[in-house]
Amino acid sequence: MNQQSSTHESSGGLSLFLKTRLQHTLSELGQAFTLFFQTLVQIFRPPFQFDLLIKQLLLIGFNSLSVVIVSGFFTGMVLGVQGYIQLKPYAVEGSVARFVCVSVVKELGPMITAFVLAGRIGASITAELSTMKVTEQIDALEVMGTNPVKYLVVPRFLACAIMLPTLTIFSTFAGIGGGFVAVVSLFDVNGHFFLLEVQRNLFIASVLVSLIKATSFGMAIAAVGCYKGFSISTAGGAEGVGTATTGSAVISLITILILDFVLNHILFNILGFV
Amino acid sequence: MISVKNVRKTFGDKQVLNGLNLEIPRGETLVIMGPSGCGKSVLLKIVTGLMAADSGEIWFDGTEISKLKAKKLNVIRRKIGMLFQSAALFDSMTVAENVAFMLDQHENLSPQETRKIVDEKLSLVDLDGIREMRPAELSGGMRKRVGLARALAFNPEVILYDEPTTGLDPITCTEINHLIRDLHEKLQVTSVVVTHDMQSAFSVATRIAMIHEGKQIASGSPAEILKIDDPILQQFILFGAPDQILNMENPILKEFIRREA
Repeated sequence: MNQQSSTHESSGGLSLFLKTRLQHTLSELGQAFTLFFQTLVQIFRPPFQFDLLIKQLLLIGFNSLSVVIVSGFFTGMVLGVQGYIQLKPYAVEGSVARFVCVSVVKELGPMITAFVLAGRIGASITAELSTMKVTEQIDALEVMGTNPVKYLVVPRFLACAIMLPTLTIFSTFAGIGGGFVAVVSLFDVNGHFFLLEVQRNLFIASVLVSLIKATSFGMAIAAVGCYKGFSISTAGGAEGVGTATTGSAVISLITILILDFVLNHILFNILGFV
Repeated sequence: MISVKNVRKTFGDKQVLNGLNLEIPRGETLVIMGPSGCGKSVLLKIVTGLMAADSGEIWFDGTEISKLKAKKLNVIRRKIGMLFQSAALFDSMTVAENVAFMLDQHENLSPQETRKIVDEKLSLVDLDGIREMRPAELSGGMRKRVGLARALAFNPEVILYDEPTTGLDPITCTEINHLIRDLHEKLQVTSVVVTHDMQSAFSVATRIAMIHEGKQIASGSPAEILKIDDPILQQFILFGAPDQILNMENPILKEFIRREA
């Protein structure tokens, strides 16, 4: 009898816990989407503060360029080596250039760039904004009649949406370059043949898909980073800033993976991109 | 100038403001005092529109501001300067950029005009020659002064001070109190000071309002407030007011001290 009532209590406790978690998650999602839509509205409202945008473009783009190129290059090298080893038993190792090119352009170029920026920029946006929140700087902005979404979120959102595709172009070229260097230097593949194969398999549609994905990832990284920064309470303190920053990186990575699946389905299955 | 009418605010189970009423006439320096967590800072956030009250009204110069849209509220906010408890300086900017922030955002001034105003405001708070310093390089007292210079940049009609002397040493506290008094006299602005520092309260106030459990329990000039026979108020004053005030001839307070002893 006692055992039965304790089982009932624990299942009641679990359902209450799940209900609370669900309510909390839905409420957070609602707030995140509200911030996202406020950002979209504020983008088109004057005044347009180009100086803030340029500052963020440099901060996000220029400072991330080297790490994106290095990540792309080594990813391409790994792809080249693995591709050659996997294709050789079937005597189709000549397709390694196609394998590298298609994988990097359609998938790994935008994905690696987004992962690097989620860790580097998304987390730094959250840390900066949450520190501003805790030290009442965001309240100060509002009291001085400045919209914090317009002043803080819009430049970061636009800079991420512009720089992600730009950096993806660099990362993609670095990835193909990495594949080229690995395959030509380690295996008996002709360099001219590799480049010719890349040229044959590089379609405008694929590049477009890559840029659409990169832009979406950029918007997601900025939206998550800004939301996590704004969502901390003023009483959160240093611990709250740390928690928000870690949470931002994790949520950004998961969002990128989910978004990638959704975009793959829409772009390739529904819209018929090749 | 500012009317707070029957304002209520609850956080979870805790009722912070419970039907608070306050009248702040133009030109007055009102000190709102009360124990920590009694809702003093929440009241300032509600008055500036940073937080919405659960019910009640806030009137500013004949306009009910608690239901205003952001655009109209921002017009009112330009008439209000606020010194935050932590000064809330933008740490990515220099002192000059902090003070010039509102001018850059809302006015179309030349760099020379902006520079002139910034220098003038920094001079008002006795901080010349620190234009290019960063907030991280300043002491606590200097940060508060820069915060005050920034609050003054747009020539506000009202200045709100949130715990202006918290975290400062006694000498700097006295300097800040003098500064609040001087600014009131020089600029003839309406000031609202939220504090639990009795030294500061009696030093700057033209009127004091005591909040307890979300309601105003007493109000009057510093001299009047000492004579009000309320145990909570007397206890608050007894443990916090400076000696020169406690030594004043005040039969009610003397009787209270005798009882406590």
